[in-house]
Amino acid sequence: MSDTDIAAYALRLGDDALVLAQRMGDWIASAPQLEEDVALANIALDLLGQARALLTYAGALVLGADGGPRSEDDLTYLRDEREFVNAQLVELPDHGDFGHCIARLLVFSSWQYELYAALADSADQTLAAVAAKAVKEVDYHRDHATQWVLRLGDGTPMSRQRMQHALDAVWPHVEELFETDDLVVRLVSERVAVDPAELRTPVLAYVAAVVDRATLAVPVTTVRHSGGRRGIHTEAMGYLLAELQHLARSHPGATW
Amino acid sequence: MSVAEVRALVATVPDPELPVLSIDDLGVLRDVTVDAAGHVTVTLTPTYSGCPAMDAITDDVRARLAAAGHNDTEVRLVLSPPWSTNEMSDAGRRTLLEYGIAPPSGQAPVVGLTLSVRCPQCGSPDTRELSRFGSTACKALWRCETCREPFDRFKDH
Repeated sequence: MSDTDIAAYALRLGDDALVLAQRMGDWIASAPQLEEDVALANIALDLLGQARALLTYAGALVLGADGGPRSEDDLTYLRDEREFVNAQLVELPDHGDFGHCIARLLVFSSWQYELYAALADSADQTLAAVAAKAVKEVDYHRDHATQWVLRLGDGTPMSRQRMQHALDAVWPHVEELFETDDLVVRLVSERVAVDPAELRTPVLAYVAAVVDRATLAVPVTTVRHSGGRRGIHTEAMGYLLAELQHLARSHPGATW
Repeated sequence: MSVAEVRALVATVPDPELPVLSIDDLGVLRDVTVDAAGHVTVTLTPTYSGCPAMDAITDDVRARLAAAGHNDTEVRLVLSPPWSTNEMSDAGRRTLLEYGIAPPSGQAPVVGLTLSVRCPQCGSPDTRELSRFGSTACKALWRCETCREPFDRFKDH
């Protein structure tokens, strides 16, 4: 197995966690309840911790332009949009819609839970250690999203309508999570990576069960967005990165 | 300096978020080694992946060793096996309770089953969870229905 492949894979998982942590940070001080501010911040913090471990690992495996390893900060602050390889789902803006934040968290945490549970058996010891640690955290995230979907879906006519609308809005970005490509195929054959296609059945089964209990309908759509793993992103990504990177780029080497 | 001496030195470094608990009580201090050349390696494990206290704890361990004249030191972070609340010492659990935080049960969480949590103020088992997320990643916010006081609970993890 090549270090370049493992680094590229760790970068994907790290970017998913990093970008969603940044996206969920939008809710701090503007969630519908004070407790929810704290909850979303805690979830984002867990994701940031996972991202740090994964990006640090990826950066140590590949050399940068100067011939030295790249730090987690280099990878976070100094890459351009096309170099980020997160799935598009995690970068979608909520535009102040809490239901959208929760719909995405339900899908993403269900996916991340199955992914990490399987990755804990990876032949790569570092990925296995990160996954075994993170799966316990993600279990809690998934449960949080589940409770909200049940409460909003099986709530008032307004909350039900908005929760359904939010699920409909994220659904075209769900299939991207299950895409396999050459990199994954190579790493799966080495027992390093988890094949995303194999996560599709358990993830959709969990989500569908929650959606059903919440008296909502699993969306049906023929629209399917893709490209994040190749660095192709939605319009929202540039704005997200501008906010994430502006301080580090405007004041190179700044510490605080 | 022996392993036991180094361990005694760093074991009492407090958790910056919960200063009543030492890193040894918490189970965050995994290992201490001293090689033939006197090089000290302290191995720590984070409670949660994103626990912001780890940087402070690492600095505090280094400072503690430097103050004792040890500059040839290394602090390593390991993730495996993942930390769980089972690693918290019995003394740590008692200290938490006295501090007003309901300690973890000491048993691995069982899916679908919630054990009653006793109020750290009045001891009543009639309590309820207000929020699954509290002031730090490792705590949840609860309230006692008997004395009506809110309290933090260290989550089973």
